[in-house]
Amino acid sequence: MAFFSKNRERRPTSFYFLAAFFALFVLFLYGPMLTIFILSFQGENGGLTFPMNGFSFHWFGNLFEKQAVGDFGGSFSRSLKLGLIVMVVTVVVSFMAGMAFRKRYKGDSIVFYLAIASLIVPSILISLGIGLLFNIVQWQPQWFTSALGAHLTWTFPFGLLIMFAVFNRFDPSFEEAARDLGASNWQTIQYVVLPMVGPSLIGVAMFSFTLSYDEFARTLMTAGALNTLPLEIYGMTTNVTTPVLYALGTVTTGFSFLVIALALGTVAIMRRRKGQKA
Amino acid sequence: MASDTSKRSSYFLISPMALIFAVFLVIPLLTIVVVSFWDYDEYRILPDFIFENYKYLLGSSVTWSIYLNTLKYAVLTWFFTLIIGFTVAYFLAFHVRSLTWQIVFFMLCTIPFWTSNIIRMISWIPFLGRNGLLNSALINLGIVDQPLEFLLFSDFAVVLADVHLYALFMVVPIFNSMMRIDRSLVEAARDAGASGFETLKSIIVPLSKPGIAIGSIFVITVVMGDFITVRLMSGGQSASVGLQISNEIGLLQYPAAAASAVVLLITVLLIVTALLRLVDIRKEL
Repeated sequence: MAFFSKNRERRPTSFYFLAAFFALFVLFLYGPMLTIFILSFQGENGGLTFPMNGFSFHWFGNLFEKQAVGDFGGSFSRSLKLGLIVMVVTVVVSFMAGMAFRKRYKGDSIVFYLAIASLIVPSILISLGIGLLFNIVQWQPQWFTSALGAHLTWTFPFGLLIMFAVFNRFDPSFEEAARDLGASNWQTIQYVVLPMVGPSLIGVAMFSFTLSYDEFARTLMTAGALNTLPLEIYGMTTNVTTPVLYALGTVTTGFSFLVIALALGTVAIMRRRKGQKA
Repeated sequence: MASDTSKRSSYFLISPMALIFAVFLVIPLLTIVVVSFWDYDEYRILPDFIFENYKYLLGSSVTWSIYLNTLKYAVLTWFFTLIIGFTVAYFLAFHVRSLTWQIVFFMLCTIPFWTSNIIRMISWIPFLGRNGLLNSALINLGIVDQPLEFLLFSDFAVVLADVHLYALFMVVPIFNSMMRIDRSLVEAARDAGASGFETLKSIIVPLSKPGIAIGSIFVITVVMGDFITVRLMSGGQSASVGLQISNEIGLLQYPAAAASAVVLLITVLLIVTALLRLVDIRKEL
């Protein structure tokens, strides 16, 4: 705490250099996004670059006409559904695995190293491997089978690592107290463990949804006949040369932010409820 | 008896994750290894045991230049993300003095990473293009008289986009390591007369090493396997190992793609093994 209370000390010169560097970094992160956000409101005769040729919602309208840019609605709804399935499965399975890892047992490091491997194996290899496997056993790849599995190999490591971080700091005496008071295993999980790790599980949910919703490389050979949204966007980059591309960027980015806002809102509500109970 | 049930429950709890990894990670990777020895013609892949795919791959000078090119992207991206990541993390951890502002600034850095990578790549087009913002500005200021062509669809654009996409992967683990450094060490160094730079060199950098290693693993592996950034940002003018694999997939030359994939996997694993000597990941969580 001593660190924070010495607030009034004079700032060294290096602080101003670092602050300027940080400001530039933020500009670097946000600048390009802002330009496509602005350009998505390009006038009807405007092009892919500045200047703005008027202001319109033309390109957003264009997005929803089926002929103009492929199947935006269908791919969006598939990505949404896939993201939600991945989210639920990741939260449940990561929580279970996190609980399992609190005790040492034979072979526990195998799953841990598989998770790390899953994180560092290039995504295109997962795509290729699953695609080949389905090809050889003659299963039809589908977004809800092969692509789902491919996405889970990407979200599980994050889910597991987050659960590790949570349970490393988790005090088991709360559970012991619950058990001493006669709670069953399930009651202990329901009334003690889940409320305590709840906010982190929301974090896992948000993480896994967004990772799946934006995943491109792992979907490439596993989605089957029907595109997910990132595949659709990728297709557009090669054959669409109008600002409708930017409109799509603005819409999906807006949607991602909505998901974050929802997740943060839920955590805030959970915190408040907990506060009221205490 | 009790430990038996608890062991059994551990196995039960871990089984869904183990099963998914087995079906969608282990078996597919084994499939790649097996198929890399298969033969193929224009229409299908033929079970076989031949070394032609590897002979062709490793005997071709194109492969070596592609690997060199991919390594170049990986090293450059690693270098710039490390400099940026370390500086930003250092600023956040040691110069921002209130926890609230640390959280606010940290969130500010992470928000762009919640959007699609492809969209983030596209967003450079209006900035870097021939008629883009940067070229217009340079021409208006009289610095150049013709638009700079190397800005978009070039190696420069690929590395720029990679740094833009993955800088956070460095910031987060380094920041995490720095926040664990005991502040009294820093004060002790200062009281003992160390300059800011000496403190940085002999305390902060060594103690941030685990974070640096984790960030490096992330950035290097992701760039080594990348194909979409290279394709979009180089405009098809450069190649990377991932792009080569994806092209072979596009041509339905699966055994060739599989052989490339095996070589890439071995390369990545060697790099990671080297970096893991610097850090015990399980301790860092």
